[in-house]
Amino acid sequence: MTKPLDNRAWLLVVPVFAIVAFSAVLPLMTVVNYSVQDTFGNNQFFWNGVGWFKELLDPATDLGGRFFAALWRTLLFSAIILAIQVPLGIVVALSMPREGWTVALCLVLMALPLLIPWNVVGTIWQVFGRGDIGLMGWGLNRLGFDYNYNGGVIAAWFTIVLMDVWHWTSLVALLCYAGLKSIPDAYYQAARIDGASRWAVFTTIQLPKMRRVLLIAVLLRFMDSFMIYTEPFVLTGGGPGNATTFLSIDLVKIALGQFDLGKAAALSIVYNLIILAVCWVFYTVMTHAGADRGVRGDPAAGEAPDHAVPPATTIPLDRRAA
Amino acid sequence: MDVSWMAWTAQTAIFFAVIAGLLALMTALALLRPETERVGALRIPTTRGDRLFVSLLGSAFIALAWIGLSGLDPALALIPCLVYAAAVFRFV
Repeated sequence: MTKPLDNRAWLLVVPVFAIVAFSAVLPLMTVVNYSVQDTFGNNQFFWNGVGWFKELLDPATDLGGRFFAALWRTLLFSAIILAIQVPLGIVVALSMPREGWTVALCLVLMALPLLIPWNVVGTIWQVFGRGDIGLMGWGLNRLGFDYNYNGGVIAAWFTIVLMDVWHWTSLVALLCYAGLKSIPDAYYQAARIDGASRWAVFTTIQLPKMRRVLLIAVLLRFMDSFMIYTEPFVLTGGGPGNATTFLSIDLVKIALGQFDLGKAAALSIVYNLIILAVCWVFYTVMTHAGADRGVRGDPAAGEAPDHAVPPATTIPLDRRAA
Repeated sequence: MDVSWMAWTAQTAIFFAVIAGLLALMTALALLRPETERVGALRIPTTRGDRLFVSLLGSAFIALAWIGLSGLDPALALIPCLVYAAAVFRFV
């Protein structure tokens, strides 16, 4: 190391730390604080211990029933989204042109849905799906389908899934396209010489080379769909009944609709913990995806964690040199 | 400064004080006894800080499972959490 480390540089982070503390850490601490208390308004709080958590995690109670129903609904939604958007994104990426002016046209067209704000997307589809003035709703009804996203559970789910596919498949496709573009032409030439079929090229060259971007796409889409709020809120408001009430929608109903701060805080914490766990997996896999193979290829590094003598002495030496 | 409107309780204060203390301890350890990453049971390189995070996050889920499934005194959940944290610091 040629440049000495100066840890005083960390002081430059203090303003950011202060802002984050006020905008994120303290509010989160307040949520934890509310989750163990009950209030009847007038800013009077009463100690409730782990009562809200007990209620939340017991499906027999009203709160627990709602929580688990919304959790399964959200997980089902994420599963459907991934099952559609990932294969579709790959197919779209494979069908996109590789060169010429059509590349730019395709990229712009693909990026358009990504640029539209969530609430506008919800409004677009709310109008698009209406039976009286919406093109899709009117068309489906004229074709003989009994389509009404405000009345039918299937219709509501169909519309929300279609809306999300329309909004976000481009992201998966663009990521896959970037992965495909990075494959050197030599691979394809070798495949042609071997007389490989289109399918063989896909499974042995393109798919393995897209592994990393696909991982990013899957995790991004999972996180996004698991936290979805605005689009279904605008489109169905969680209905019909509770059919499209996802965790985020239920959370807002409890916190702001019923003003049950304790219950909402307990739900927030559990929701947050699930997201935090997935985020950690996301971050770990992304930062170690490339290094992973290196570790496995090197038995000394992979097999003997306790004996892998860390060059601990080098760090203090470096610091002393600084 | 009056912050009574935030309705802080002694229990939450202790909870956050322990976490802040752990972070301070980690900072002090990082200064006094610098370490390098090691590869453990998860097959990924981890530092002490990573292991603390995994311990805390896992403990949160253990505590929730304890509250939801066991019906015993919630304070007793500390025992499996500490066992888990010790295992994480030893093997991960």
